[in-house]
Amino acid sequence: MPYALCFLLFMIGLYCAVVKKNMVKIVIGIMVMEYAVNLFLIMLGFRAGGEAPILDRTHLDAQTGQIASSFISHVVDPLPQALVLTAIVISLGSLALMISICIRTYSRYGTFDITEIRRLKG
Amino acid sequence: MSIPLPAFVAVPLIAAFLLPIFGKKGKAIATFLANLVTLSLLAMAVSSIGRTEVYEVGNWSIPLGINLVMDGLSSLLLLAISVVSAAAMLFSAKYMEQYTAKAKYLSLFLLMVAGMNGVVLSGDIFNLFVFLEIASLASYALVGFGCGPEELEASFKYMVMGSIGSIFILFAIALVYGNTGTLNMAYISKAIQDSGLNIGLTFALGLFITGFGLKAALVPFHAWLPDAHPSAPAPISAMLSGILIKTLGIYALTRVIFNVFGVSIEIGWLLVALALVSMIAGAFLAIGQWDIKRLMAYSSISQIGYVLLGLGLGATLIAKGANLAWASLAILGGLFHLVNHSVYKSLLFLTSGSVEMSTGTRQMKQMGGLAEKLPVTRAACTVASASIAGIPPFAGFWSKLILVIAAVQAHLYWVAAIIVFVSLCTLIMYLKVQRYVFLGELPDNLKQISEHKGSMSVAMVFLACLCVLMGFLLVPVLRTSILEPAVKVLTDGVSYSANVIEMAKEGVKI
Repeated sequence: MPYALCFLLFMIGLYCAVVKKNMVKIVIGIMVMEYAVNLFLIMLGFRAGGEAPILDRTHLDAQTGQIASSFISHVVDPLPQALVLTAIVISLGSLALMISICIRTYSRYGTFDITEIRRLKG
Repeated sequence: MSIPLPAFVAVPLIAAFLLPIFGKKGKAIATFLANLVTLSLLAMAVSSIGRTEVYEVGNWSIPLGINLVMDGLSSLLLLAISVVSAAAMLFSAKYMEQYTAKAKYLSLFLLMVAGMNGVVLSGDIFNLFVFLEIASLASYALVGFGCGPEELEASFKYMVMGSIGSIFILFAIALVYGNTGTLNMAYISKAIQDSGLNIGLTFALGLFITGFGLKAALVPFHAWLPDAHPSAPAPISAMLSGILIKTLGIYALTRVIFNVFGVSIEIGWLLVALALVSMIAGAFLAIGQWDIKRLMAYSSISQIGYVLLGLGLGATLIAKGANLAWASLAILGGLFHLVNHSVYKSLLFLTSGSVEMSTGTRQMKQMGGLAEKLPVTRAACTVASASIAGIPPFAGFWSKLILVIAAVQAHLYWVAAIIVFVSLCTLIMYLKVQRYVFLGELPDNLKQISEHKGSMSVAMVFLACLCVLMGFLLVPVLRTSILEPAVKVLTDGVSYSANVIEMAKEGVKI
């Protein structure tokens, strides 16, 4: 169910990016898609009732000194979080570039409406 | 002593962040340094032909750490990237004097090169995505570099389509991670071989094809290319059409399909269908254009179809279990055409830049009779046009011939007919360029123009010589050292994973 909602969010973003006529709304749509994917990545690593993947003495098995199997089965997967951090930084960069292009375009054309910004065709 | 693999990414990356320091006063030094970097990358790429190596970043063994993989396909692409970027950088030395903020341009250029080198070397799929985004972001900024209304419009269009493509790729990577539990391409491939494709992975494959298809401008996803490529400064058009769409699109797609997911008949036919549609639609749209760079941009779509056709035919033949020799012939044709196209299409865009800089227009109707005014440009353009149209002694002829032979051997006579037909359309469009730009009556307002000598001519002559000499890549000695290792990587298919894991185990730890 959460995955379906996440996919719905992705689709809403895609719809917004494809259908809307305002440049800023298109940018918002792309960012909604980006966040849907980030959310999906986080959910992949999520485990209900899990604990943080930080190992200390209490997690070691008293007899063998090995990592206790209860820890391994409870711990949250940390890798998706690292991926999401990277993805957020990248999307921040692309957001900044997109918004600055929007601002420059507005100063040239005086509008954000992409149906009026149409010098290139053919 | 062999160069460590991360140097291919680190050298341009460090230079990219150093160059803006020079600002306006040190423009000459910055240009010199940037040229030095691209030339040394060319030397590094030439010296590492035939290397196969796995480098584990930070000495973390795979699958825990990130690895860089150098094999035949990577070294072929590295060679193509460094040739095109060296020529384009040499051309920019003079051409970019028209623009302000040259140091920033050089920095973005090198950032793009760093990203592309990273894409072809990466053995980790998320790392591939990060490098792909570096190259894409630099290219979005470079398309809008002139900051004119048209440049900004094209840049925004390109950026929207490109970002959607990137998000599809990231989504596919998330699905792959969820289903296989690893991000290393070799281990993903191993997991898929063990468990087979389930519905999530099939969906991920579909997302990969869409995402990389958007980056490669295959026909249903091509709308951004004819705006973006002409609006960029000429050396950047050369980089974008020459190599960027191939690295981010075709290379990444083939790596994922052939080496990670493994080929199947359906995927092979899908690639062939996409390729044929791109070839035909691109050629028809190109013939009607009057803007010289726009014509070349549409012709890029058509030519990228040829590359994908060879790879798709190869995939179909491998999946059918047909004679492997014919499959490798088809793939050889595709890869050879990729290298050829990167050389002659970048040369064509450089000549268009030279014409535009001299005449101040891109409309072919306002030109004519430039043959005597711009002799070097004219000669280079003729060589490139002959090559792209497939006139016999030039390289383009050989790659198309190989593709035709492969199609006939696969008993797909209609595909062979389409290849020849599109080749004819290509000939018509470049005859149109010759006729309206270089022959005919010289308009009065262009009587005073002259050719820009110096680095621009050197870059064009360099690429024109390569156009003529590329045919020699089929000579056995060069073929076995450059082209065939790349073909072998693809025909080996999913045994890529076993090879990489084996090499990583053997590899000497640094």
